[in-house]
Amino acid sequence: MSAGSTPGTYVRVAGALYLLLALTVACAFIDMGPFNLVVAMTIAVAKAVLVVLFFMHVRSAGGLTRVVACAGAFWLLFMCVLTLTDFLTRN
Amino acid sequence: MSEERALVAHQFETAAQQRSAATLGMWVFLATEVLFFGGMLMAYTVYRVMDGAAFARASHAQNILLGGINTAVLLTSSLTMALGVHAAQEGRRRRSVLMLSATMVLGALFLGIKAVEYSQKFAEHLVPGVDFRYAGPDAGAAQIYFILYFLLTGFHAIHLTIGIGVLAVIAFSAARGRYTSAYSTPVEVAGLYWHFVDIVWIFLYPLIYLIQVYR
Amino acid sequence: MSPHSITTHEHYLNAGYGPRSWLLTTDHKRIAILYMLSITFFFFVGGFFAFLMRLELLTPDGDLVSAETYNKLFSMHGITMVWFFLIPSIPSVLGNFLVPMMVGARDVAFPRLNLLSWYIYVVGGLFTLAAMIFGGVDTGWTFYTPFSSTYAHSNVIPVVIGIFILGFSSILTALNFIVTIHTMRAPGLTWFRLPLFIWAMYATSVILVLATPVLAITLAMLGVERIFGVGIFDPALGGDPLLFQHLFWFYSHPAVYIMILPAMGVVSELITCFARKKVFGYRFMAFSLLAIASVGFLVWGHHMFVSGQSAYAGMVFSALSFIVAIPSAVKVFNWAATLYKGSIAYHTPVLYGFGFIGLFTIGGLTGLFLASLALDVHVHDTYFVIAHFHYIMVGGAVMGYLGGIHYWWPKMTGRMYPEGWAKFAALVLFVGFNLTFFPQFILGYLGMPRRYHVYPPEFQVLNVLSTAGATILGIGYLIPFVYLIWSLRHGKNAGRNPWRATGLEWLTPSPPPVHNFDEIPVVTGEPYTYAGEEEQRE
Repeated sequence: MSAGSTPGTYVRVAGALYLLLALTVACAFIDMGPFNLVVAMTIAVAKAVLVVLFFMHVRSAGGLTRVVACAGAFWLLFMCVLTLTDFLTRN
Repeated sequence: MSEERALVAHQFETAAQQRSAATLGMWVFLATEVLFFGGMLMAYTVYRVMDGAAFARASHAQNILLGGINTAVLLTSSLTMALGVHAAQEGRRRRSVLMLSATMVLGALFLGIKAVEYSQKFAEHLVPGVDFRYAGPDAGAAQIYFILYFLLTGFHAIHLTIGIGVLAVIAFSAARGRYTSAYSTPVEVAGLYWHFVDIVWIFLYPLIYLIQVYR
Repeated sequence: MSPHSITTHEHYLNAGYGPRSWLLTTDHKRIAILYMLSITFFFFVGGFFAFLMRLELLTPDGDLVSAETYNKLFSMHGITMVWFFLIPSIPSVLGNFLVPMMVGARDVAFPRLNLLSWYIYVVGGLFTLAAMIFGGVDTGWTFYTPFSSTYAHSNVIPVVIGIFILGFSSILTALNFIVTIHTMRAPGLTWFRLPLFIWAMYATSVILVLATPVLAITLAMLGVERIFGVGIFDPALGGDPLLFQHLFWFYSHPAVYIMILPAMGVVSELITCFARKKVFGYRFMAFSLLAIASVGFLVWGHHMFVSGQSAYAGMVFSALSFIVAIPSAVKVFNWAATLYKGSIAYHTPVLYGFGFIGLFTIGGLTGLFLASLALDVHVHDTYFVIAHFHYIMVGGAVMGYLGGIHYWWPKMTGRMYPEGWAKFAALVLFVGFNLTFFPQFILGYLGMPRRYHVYPPEFQVLNVLSTAGATILGIGYLIPFVYLIWSLRHGKNAGRNPWRATGLEWLTPSPPPVHNFDEIPVVTGEPYTYAGEEEQRE
């Protein structure tokens, strides 16, 4: 049993990734204030999700793989959020 | 067609068990890597929150074009890696070796461009701790930006280099016909690692290069 | 039966002799023994530093060592005990030996990575030891910046490298356990039929995998700052020392759960076997382990209440720290409920289990004192904190380790230890421990700060009591060291299951054969099928 998609799918995913890259760069030249970061990170997450789902075969993987794939990111989120409760509330 | 036999280590009962163990093992390892890079990203987050303007100004020394090209290079290398894994799973010896080699070449290209960028930083005296001259009241924050730049991209480059080494070994095995539809686990697992290295850069590019570019 | 030979079957200890068969082994049982020897060595190294500290503290003046040397002593005591003894102890010794057997497997998922983890441990340990011998480090095991990054004149970089290396050993061990437990359980062995020791090893492994990398990168950044003179954490150069503390404690608080969860797993096994009664509230016990592991990641700021952290963050961390105590309390209640109406046999392993429950409870409750912001202002950085964590680390984790060593010694070696001496040693340890550390609660409450080699004369009596206790404690640890080695030659033949315990590990001969099971067992029932009081009448 081999996991994964067809080569055609992989090429289409790569195409989507290039498009998102172009979008990231284009948006960087538009002044959206604080939303520049939000947009950039959203696009980065979208690219990462595409790589994880298709190139890393998580789309066809079981629940355990999906949990482990997300665990690191979740924990990083805890670390950043709780640490920022300190830095953002200092006077 | 070479005989399709999976080599099952003594501690496993079946090839399927061995394969799911190897895959899970690599995913767990990748989780540790997320936290490893995460520590640096945590530092980056704190300092960018505390002085985003300084970070933005410092980041204007970066070459967006080179960084963008490098991003495209790595994205392409993920494509060739995925195609290489697919070829190995189908037991297609020549195509898998071709794709793995292409991945390695693209990885080396990334490192080459990175070396060019690093030497530019040296030329512009923007290497904290070695040769750092930065005019402005926010020199402290700028220095932190550049330390984090070198740390993040430096560790990334180390991981990429290790990946190229691993792929060299795998490509060698592939050339000897080791991987078939019954057994291609090492290639799959190496692929997971490679894609992770790509994902790290996907986040690093906007965070390092694309801060208030419109200024 | 001859006192010198045990059984005549081939097992993991006699299947191959000579250094190469040990140094190139991939057998998880031999690797466990290699770890046991290594961590015992470092335990005595760390104990030696503690002994010198307690000698100095016999008198109020600094008359034995200088302040700088004392700083090195407490730093090296902490570094050695935390990283080279406590964190590997139960997982790398008992975990390595038992995890495959308890899940009905022939080995861990990645036996060669397992051996590599031991070599990495040894390299990290020797590197750190060399750094300690050739000058030492005086920053405290906590390496707070900017002292460690800028102003310290001691061997910070080599020690930090040694700990960085050791981190990979932790990660590989944990990775192996997670994969083994997920993918190599015997047929019929569903998650809720697993022994609680396995649940504890799993929860511990998750913490190891997610926390250790953050320590690694933090120490790396510390090293870069020190070597290149840059300012990630140095305020003079634009950095923030509190960032170091956040990153450091993000690992180091979960680290204390790495040290205690395995001991809790051991204690569950001991209590159920020696009360002849299944664990009360098995699922609550399993979920409590997971809850401690996860919520334990959210409380690290309680180490920083007085560091300059914002008061709001302090409140958040304080509340979360209260919450993390709840699953621990659930476990203590459930152990008590397991003992209630059990048919208790007072063998040495469960004596350590009782010691654990009592001392861990005291340590845990005093943790709540420290989690209260207002109280912590007064007792932070005093001996109250030191007493608190030693009650948990020594009264808890070390007693759990010793209880486990005694419990599984027959399985690991095929020999029984001498019960009389073992009970005596357990008693000596209990007395010595409390005499050492209870006075420290009082000292801390009265205001004696930690990490000082001098103190006001009115604190001398309590300090003398504490040093007396430490001497007794030290002797107490030597006793098992002697009789366990003695038992290898002269101990009674243990047989397959001297405790009449349940669990797959007890199905094998003692010592087990290299491949553990002739046939992989099939599990059909719940764990801990003890009959309780009825069994007593057989």
